[in-house]
Amino acid sequence: MTAVGRLLRTTAFKLALGLLGVFTLAAVVALLYGVWQASRLVQGQIAEAVDTEISVLEEQFRLGGLRQLVVVVEDRSRQANSLLYLVTSPAGEPLVGNIGALPPGTIGKPGTSEVPYSRADSDIIARDDAYVRVSQLAGGFRVLVGRDLGERRRVAEVITRSVLGALALVVIVSLLGGFFVARRVLHRLDAMTATSRRIMAGDLTERLMVTGSGDEFDRLALATNAMLDRIGILMGELKEVSDNIAHDLRTPLTRLRNRAEEALRTARDEAGWRAAFEGIIEESEKITRTFEALLLIARAEAGAVRDHMASVDLRALATDVVELYEPVAEEAGFRLELNAAQDVHVHGHRELLGQALANVLDNALKHARRADEAGQVVTVLVEADESSACMTVRDRGQGIDEEDRARVLERFVRLESSRPGSGLGLSLVAAVMRLHDGTLQLMDGDPGLRVIMEIPRLKAVLPKRLHKAP
Amino acid sequence: MKILIIEDDAAAAAYLVKALREAGHSPQHAADGEEGLSLAQGESFDVLVVDRMLPKLDGLAVVERLRREGNRTPVLILSALAQVDDRVAGLRSGGDDYLTKPYAFTELLARIEALVRRTAPAAAETVYRIAGLELDRLSHCVTRDDTEIILQPREFRLLEYLMRHAGQVVTRTMLLENVWDYHFDPQTNVIDVHVSRLRAKIDKGFDRPLLHTIRGAGYVIRDSGR
Repeated sequence: MTAVGRLLRTTAFKLALGLLGVFTLAAVVALLYGVWQASRLVQGQIAEAVDTEISVLEEQFRLGGLRQLVVVVEDRSRQANSLLYLVTSPAGEPLVGNIGALPPGTIGKPGTSEVPYSRADSDIIARDDAYVRVSQLAGGFRVLVGRDLGERRRVAEVITRSVLGALALVVIVSLLGGFFVARRVLHRLDAMTATSRRIMAGDLTERLMVTGSGDEFDRLALATNAMLDRIGILMGELKEVSDNIAHDLRTPLTRLRNRAEEALRTARDEAGWRAAFEGIIEESEKITRTFEALLLIARAEAGAVRDHMASVDLRALATDVVELYEPVAEEAGFRLELNAAQDVHVHGHRELLGQALANVLDNALKHARRADEAGQVVTVLVEADESSACMTVRDRGQGIDEEDRARVLERFVRLESSRPGSGLGLSLVAAVMRLHDGTLQLMDGDPGLRVIMEIPRLKAVLPKRLHKAP
Repeated sequence: MKILIIEDDAAAAAYLVKALREAGHSPQHAADGEEGLSLAQGESFDVLVVDRMLPKLDGLAVVERLRREGNRTPVLILSALAQVDDRVAGLRSGGDDYLTKPYAFTELLARIEALVRRTAPAAAETVYRIAGLELDRLSHCVTRDDTEIILQPREFRLLEYLMRHAGQVVTRTMLLENVWDYHFDPQTNVIDVHVSRLRAKIDKGFDRPLLHTIRGAGYVIRDSGR
């Protein structure tokens, strides 16, 4: 495609062309209307002049008879740019006037008409018709007064010429304007396309140019750049995760292999074999769980599960999870307390929110124990205001040092590596919160730790309204 | 039980066939979706075990076709896709249960047996009885040897589920899914503690225990005294 061809195909140029068409149509309609109005005005003036002249002549005839009429008409006919005059006898003979020829019968019917004519001093039929009025006088005489309609034509012509001229100018200017705008648009687009190609070719650090003018291209470029930033971050995370997966799956896989090899080497009786195999199955289960947790995090981060989100009552959810953990907590020497005054509906993913709360509770039960204290309380608090809903799990354990709090949210970070766990629990909670546009905060519980999961409630308007209804 | 296994991985299929035969069932194997579909259409099976990703015809498509044709044979879908939402898709297509790979054979066996039992008329009974233990599903009343046992609502549902599947092993995940209606990984042995609480209520003080732990698999409620 040629450069001009591409220009002509741009949206900007097509838009200019379309607008031009609309304006041209409007101009033509306005022109026709203007011509029509102007013609009417001129026609009215002509008719008025003719009518006034007729009544003047009638008056002359009434005062001075035919003789005076003839004198007046003769006098007026001789003036430059005079009106057209004709006086005829009862037999239809022309008596006086400056008209050479008229269509036959014109003088015979009183009233107005538009007829072709020629002047008495010329044999040529005039270019324009004349507006004429015939009046019947006493004694069978008739007087005709007329006026050339050329003025009407000329006015229409002048208007048409000026409007068409202006229109031509508009067309030229619009085409040029459209052309230049399209060229500018193409220029920006070509630059963006070229950058995109380079990014596609693998250079993820490239960014689209932002001119700072704040126009629609800038907005698009900014949005695209933000998207590229996010992709860059995700790519980085992905790389980190795959490195971590490699590490965290290799380690238990190695253990798995070691156990099998050791069993091969040392197991002598059935009990030995059995113990080895049970160990192997246990290791493989650990690998599966780590793998599933990683997949779940990936899913939550990708947002693909958003389709499965619905209205979830956090109080009911917390009640379920607390009830599920209550016996375990009791065995471990904890007391679980649920503090939820009302139903709290949010737009969310029930399973993932349940898993998140379960992970946090599980952490509290595993890590919050302080050697010198027994019968500790772990509190689950569900509360909400207009804008957000909160699930808080508070323990009275030793807490987490401030500098470690951000670190524990990262994948595979375990503060107590001697304890069991994949190091993915809180990462999953954080991912679930991100999926819900919410936040996960670790705060000092003084003593202990407060884990706050906050979810915005903007989408949960309906249940709230139902709640308020009497 | 006649069981049809539609699974493209030859090693996994051979293992399943052997293990199911050892468990006293008569399994048959199809290696792809089309073969599985025509076998399922031609013969009557007690249960189908369908892998989700199959050559020629996708596992979910096989189940959908069978259901459209009015075939109501219980289906257990096996899949490497583990997530809750994949599960939902699997059940929506007409599957009756969903199990993620890798699975424990005991889990698979327990679920197959539960599926067949579910379609048996026993599920519609209003009173479940095992030895002297009685559970009335309408009045929510539980007695053993005519002594009333007071249960929490969740304990009642736990016992109800165990008794509906009396004599069959039910696994921890089956309990979490069916009694609590959650599919997430509870991290710790939460279910075990619930079961041991229930056991304390229904078995303590009676000479014959009914609720048994099956090591490495789950739980079963049965009268093994006779």
